[in-house]
Amino acid sequence: MKKGCFLIFGAVVLCIMIVGSVSVAEEKVIKMSTTTSTENSGLLDILLPVFKKDTGISVKVLAKGTGASIRDGMDGNVDVIFVHAKAREENFVAEGYGTKRYPVMHNDFVILGPAFDPAGIKGTKDAAKALRKIVEAKSKFVSRGDDSGTHTKEQELWQAAGLSLKTETKEIVKKGKKRNVSFKSPGGIGEWYFSIGQGMGKTLIFAEEKQGYTLADRGTFLNYKLGRKEGFDLDILCAGDPALFNPYGVIPVNPKKYPHVKYEMADTFARWLISGKAQALIANYKIQGQQAFFPDAVPDTK
Amino acid sequence: MDFFVDSLSSAILLIGSLDPELFEVIGVSLKVSSTSTLIASLVGIPAGFLITFREFRGKALLITVLNTLLALPTVVIGLFVYAFISRRGIFGHLDLLYTQEAMIIGQVILIIPIVTTFTISAVSRIDERYRETALTLGANALQTAWVVFREARFGLVAAVIMAFGRVIAEVGISMMLGGNAKGFTRTMTTAMALEYDKGEFVLSVALGIVLLTVSFALNIIFHYFQGKARV
Repeated sequence: MKKGCFLIFGAVVLCIMIVGSVSVAEEKVIKMSTTTSTENSGLLDILLPVFKKDTGISVKVLAKGTGASIRDGMDGNVDVIFVHAKAREENFVAEGYGTKRYPVMHNDFVILGPAFDPAGIKGTKDAAKALRKIVEAKSKFVSRGDDSGTHTKEQELWQAAGLSLKTETKEIVKKGKKRNVSFKSPGGIGEWYFSIGQGMGKTLIFAEEKQGYTLADRGTFLNYKLGRKEGFDLDILCAGDPALFNPYGVIPVNPKKYPHVKYEMADTFARWLISGKAQALIANYKIQGQQAFFPDAVPDTK
Repeated sequence: MDFFVDSLSSAILLIGSLDPELFEVIGVSLKVSSTSTLIASLVGIPAGFLITFREFRGKALLITVLNTLLALPTVVIGLFVYAFISRRGIFGHLDLLYTQEAMIIGQVILIIPIVTTFTISAVSRIDERYRETALTLGANALQTAWVVFREARFGLVAAVIMAFGRVIAEVGISMMLGGNAKGFTRTMTTAMALEYDKGEFVLSVALGIVLLTVSFALNIIFHYFQGKARV
């Protein structure tokens, strides 16, 4: 009898604990899909704790490629997305999946390569020209190949370089309709062009290992180059071309499409990111003395 | 429901269009997995025989260790091999990382315990009298082993099937040591992981269906051998 009472008491306590933790979680957590480059750069580790202090909301981060992050938003799996592929973001809003795109910041892409520079691109300012040289020399090039913002940018650059691109198209069925998925590359797949389909960090490691060229965002590169004990054995060989510009935007998922999303909190987060305070944090975020991101929003006058 | 219909029709479209990338991916998977299974079998089956028939100190401990290794996570093997073959590692100058050879090394380590322990259990199950009879008829150690081998064929083929199934389905080692480079080290499983990361779930599931189909076809072939072994 005594044992039974004890068991019931224990069960009740356990139930209260579970219910309690769930209701707390429901009040104060939002989910955000973001790009691996945002996560790898370390910026979120600075921003999110301050945001939590200001509003009491914690943000659960799911780091993926831009393609998958946008997909998460389209499926209503997250409350907010924070990505860098402007045209696709605007599409996302136009199709009614997001409420509004808030421009947050930008950084730039850089072309990295080994110190011995087999294609001789060092000092070239024109990104398209640098890429042409890499192709002509058939030097190793490591591509994200994961449909991310960085990969989208890379494909744009190949196009701008005026190279004849190899396009592979696959037919798939979506919502009962046939649709094409395409993949563009300058050729040389499996010989000198490595398309590895992984995040920015893995791509840097792969390129370092193979001593090849790659396109990376400056933030992640700085973190690998200067923020690690091991260092990083590739250098910036081409940077500063406006074509390498990389804008980030934050978009709350539209509650009209998915009533279950926590729109209020997601929008609070988006507005906080473009507030003077967050913008100042972004501007001051330095990796070994170098500014990694440049705030894009007009600081509000609150 | 739509999702599965879409995936299934995509899978059929993929196979029907003889998509070259699909066949490349299947080719890499089969090549790497069968090579590692072959190597692991050549090491694991004789090792299993030796462990079963030789008496030595620490035999029970060795078997326990092998059983524990059955649960070895692929990421642990991946990390371990990575540390040796990366440019900063001891074998860095061989430029092995992110090649098919690297994947094979990792996979062999993964399945040697499987082949060995399954061989031990297959061989131990054979009636002791077979061995004794062979020995009394004047067979030497090698001939005796051959008698037991023939009797244990069913279990030994099962060991190889298990090992092959493990490597063709694993993703951790292929991703960490192969690097998922298109047309080079991209396998069926890493391709699926990639399509998932890209948000192309339909394509990912389509690849999954193809993977299952290929495994099914292979198992039919294996089963044929097992069936023969029974007779």
